[in-house]
Amino acid sequence: MDYSQFMIMHQEIGLLVVFLLVFLFDTFLSKNVQSKLSVVACVLFGAFTVYSFIQPVEVGEAFAGMYATSPIVGAIKNILNIGMFIVLLQSIKWNNSESQIVRRGEFIELMLLTLFGMYLMVSARHFMLFIIALETASLPLAAMVAFDKKTYESHEAAVKYLFTAMFSSAIYMLGISFVYGLSGTLYFGDIAQQVAGAETDFLLYVALAFVIAGVGFKISLVPFHLWTADVYQGAPTSVTSYLSVISKGAAAFASMVILTQAFGALYSQVWEWMLYALIILTITLGNLFAIRQNNMKRFLAFSSISQAGYIMLGVIANASVGMAALSYYVLIYIFSNLAAFGVIQAIENAKGKIDMSDYNGLYKTNPKLAFAMMLAMFSLGGIPPFAGFFSKFFIFSAALQEGSVAMYVLVLIALINTIISLYYYLLVVKAMFINPNDNPIESFKSHWSERAGLVICVAGIIIIGLVSCIYVCLTDAANVSMMF
Amino acid sequence: MFNILFLFVIIPVLTLGGLFLTQNVKQVRAVAATGASLLLIAALYLCYAFLGAREADPDSMMLFQSSYMWFEPLNIHFAVGVDGISVLMILLSAIIVFTGTFASWKIEPLTKEYFLWFILLSIGVFGFFISIDLFTMFMFYEVALIPMFLLIGVWGSGNKNYAAMKLTLMLMGGSAFLLISILGIYYHAGHTMNLLEIVNNGVDADWQNALFVAAFVGFGVLGAMFPFHTWSPDGHASAPTAVSMLHAGVLMKLGGYGCFRVAIFLMPQAALELGWIFMILTGISVVYGAFAACVKTDLKYINAYSSVSHCGLVLFAILMMNQTAMTGAVLQMLSHGLMTALFFALIGMIYGRTHTRDVREMGGMMQIMPFLSVGYIIAGLASLGLPGLSGFVAEMTIFFGSFETSPIYNAVLGDGDTFRHAFALVTTTTIVITAVYILRVVGKLLFGPVQNEAHRKLDDAHWFERFSTVTLMIAIAVLGCFPDMAVGILRDSFEPIVSHIMAFAQ
Repeated sequence: MDYSQFMIMHQEIGLLVVFLLVFLFDTFLSKNVQSKLSVVACVLFGAFTVYSFIQPVEVGEAFAGMYATSPIVGAIKNILNIGMFIVLLQSIKWNNSESQIVRRGEFIELMLLTLFGMYLMVSARHFMLFIIALETASLPLAAMVAFDKKTYESHEAAVKYLFTAMFSSAIYMLGISFVYGLSGTLYFGDIAQQVAGAETDFLLYVALAFVIAGVGFKISLVPFHLWTADVYQGAPTSVTSYLSVISKGAAAFASMVILTQAFGALYSQVWEWMLYALIILTITLGNLFAIRQNNMKRFLAFSSISQAGYIMLGVIANASVGMAALSYYVLIYIFSNLAAFGVIQAIENAKGKIDMSDYNGLYKTNPKLAFAMMLAMFSLGGIPPFAGFFSKFFIFSAALQEGSVAMYVLVLIALINTIISLYYYLLVVKAMFINPNDNPIESFKSHWSERAGLVICVAGIIIIGLVSCIYVCLTDAANVSMMF
Repeated sequence: MFNILFLFVIIPVLTLGGLFLTQNVKQVRAVAATGASLLLIAALYLCYAFLGAREADPDSMMLFQSSYMWFEPLNIHFAVGVDGISVLMILLSAIIVFTGTFASWKIEPLTKEYFLWFILLSIGVFGFFISIDLFTMFMFYEVALIPMFLLIGVWGSGNKNYAAMKLTLMLMGGSAFLLISILGIYYHAGHTMNLLEIVNNGVDADWQNALFVAAFVGFGVLGAMFPFHTWSPDGHASAPTAVSMLHAGVLMKLGGYGCFRVAIFLMPQAALELGWIFMILTGISVVYGAFAACVKTDLKYINAYSSVSHCGLVLFAILMMNQTAMTGAVLQMLSHGLMTALFFALIGMIYGRTHTRDVREMGGMMQIMPFLSVGYIIAGLASLGLPGLSGFVAEMTIFFGSFETSPIYNAVLGDGDTFRHAFALVTTTTIVITAVYILRVVGKLLFGPVQNEAHRKLDDAHWFERFSTVTLMIAIAVLGCFPDMAVGILRDSFEPIVSHIMAFAQ
């Protein structure tokens, strides 16, 4: 066996090293030292993020083509790393809390494991590997959702998550078995060749619908979104923020890889229109439900559903521009959403309040938190000069690249939906800045880790859009990757 | 070489930075006033420098150009450049920002935050007028919109929550259409965002109609075009004084300027083909706005509807597509900007004293606050077009231009002239209607009997109020008496545009 091919997987190996170090630290060191576990994990992961950023990723494949990597795949892994680092940083306070102390290590280890699964998801070029990766990414999350052992909602959420994950995997595998029956192979590249002549085969349509449905559950596209709000609400906030950005971003990128690499030939006949309908439904329904929410976590759950619709605009572009725009969108979405969750978490940890009506008058008592939240909302709503504006602009321009009238209609619908979304994002801003409140959340000093996380997010929101080189680098990476 | 245009982004950004560091209200005011004064000086210097540069280089359309690559994959540049139209708009914005700063001298609470948003808004406005790249233009356009939400929501009065939300969402809705139009232009004019390059390449003829409608509607929302004007009365009525000034005085001009610079200039073919639809719509806003102003009793609503009418006239004149009418449109933008700002400033000052804006509850202000009353009369006379004040020059030019033969409509609409003259005739009636609502208010508010005895104790304008209103009055009078100064700056700017449009008329 050629062991040098492991070096192609250096990002995965680095992550495993971090995982093992954390595991050993957790298992063998004394109780006193263990209280530093969260910080140590954070530092280790930060070091790994930097390493993986510096180490260039070339186009390459391993294990007879089951695993492939390229600059853009390396870039999306780096983006996920950044998000993971912020989530770890923000969770330090919660992870050191009284109830969490006995399972502090498990939380970090499970999280690293799911990230490993997501790495494989975006790199898999064979459906067997993909399914293993998907399960590695999903199952530990069910345990993490149930982490608040003493609250009822957490359990309910975990059960819901587990069932939907199982259900979606089952549907997904059914679809893949159809594909296998039709093409006799599970390699993406070989499937692409086999289906190229069989565009009219009805069974293929069914198979593709099942595959999209299976991935749709992970990305929580409407109508496969029903679990999202309950799980987001019930899960501990650290897990929710992880679910909403990293899990979603990885799944969206993976779905783009599958659809374009394995089923590229069916683009204009089949999946373009399937996605077309799904995107319209996702963006619109996500928005409409978000308007009525009062619980901040449910609110962001629906907002993240509609954001998933925007992310899928990159997939429907079916080009390397789309892949770059999608990665860029995920990056900015990570910063914006984690800023929002960071504020929610800080307030929840300090005062235990998570309703939007509690946020009334927040600016008077906690101006910095309110400011961070406002930036997050503006960025999510796509207001310049904050980063969200740029990511939306680029994803729209990517979707329009093909140039058909249908795409213009789609983008127009998406744009009109940004107005609806702006409405509910402004409701939060209005609550914090305008609404009067006799009994606002008192002024408090948040934990250093929460503040550090917010500072990173706010800096990201302000800088990433204006500094053009990040998008330029992603476009170059996508072009060099030669996936189209 | 340092480009003078960058000053209009750098000064406000530095002001923002300075405001962040301030500790108390006095420092906030000092920083804001310094920033606004520097902007005004820079704008005046720009006019002077522009005239000199124009003499040296009479041929190129945009002067002071520079361009830096920003997002290479989409060929987006940070490109700036001005012609006479943008120079005058920058001057107008600088005057309004300057006077607005003084008009909101005593704003409370959260003075620092107020000026932060106010200056951010001005970055958007100046950035919009100096940009010649569609992306940067659009970005600054949106930067100018969002501060309105908090400015109205926090510091406004009346039904402010509703008004703030309605205004923001409607304007953002307009910008949604704008964005799709910009992306369409990008893909159908040779993958470039630069205005001048787009003009050279020409937008794909099959797509022009759709993109033109999207762009004109997008900017038309901000220009308060019927039926998208409904945000304007509510928004202006609820906004704090300086924000109404800036919004009616400058922000609505963004709409007119954009319709002209993006919709008509880039897509002349579609403009010739579909211009008549918008001519009807703008004609309606001109007359409808004036009539609505007649029946309102809230001073701010009266003025807001009169803005709808006057801004409709701007768009109407732009659609005439001949040099005279377009010159009139720019003069009208200037004139309306100055006099509406003066109106809103005075209304804000009166409201700050009487705590009512209802005409029926006030009277005899001439005896109580003579300074403000005289200001109001001057603004009113400018609005109804008294010779010697700015309104006359602008409206005269517009109506003159709209009756001038314009071969453009003949060529495309067959019997375009009759249609155009009919609509021009309808819009000229506003001269009379404007006189009705202005004189009605002046008579009732200023010269009628004192309605409320408590009003007799009120004082007249403070120094900062006098300062800001007198500045505006001088500007109105200068524009009215020496319109040639403005026309001189404009002179060479319309020729390339009109000849570009004419090339498609044959």
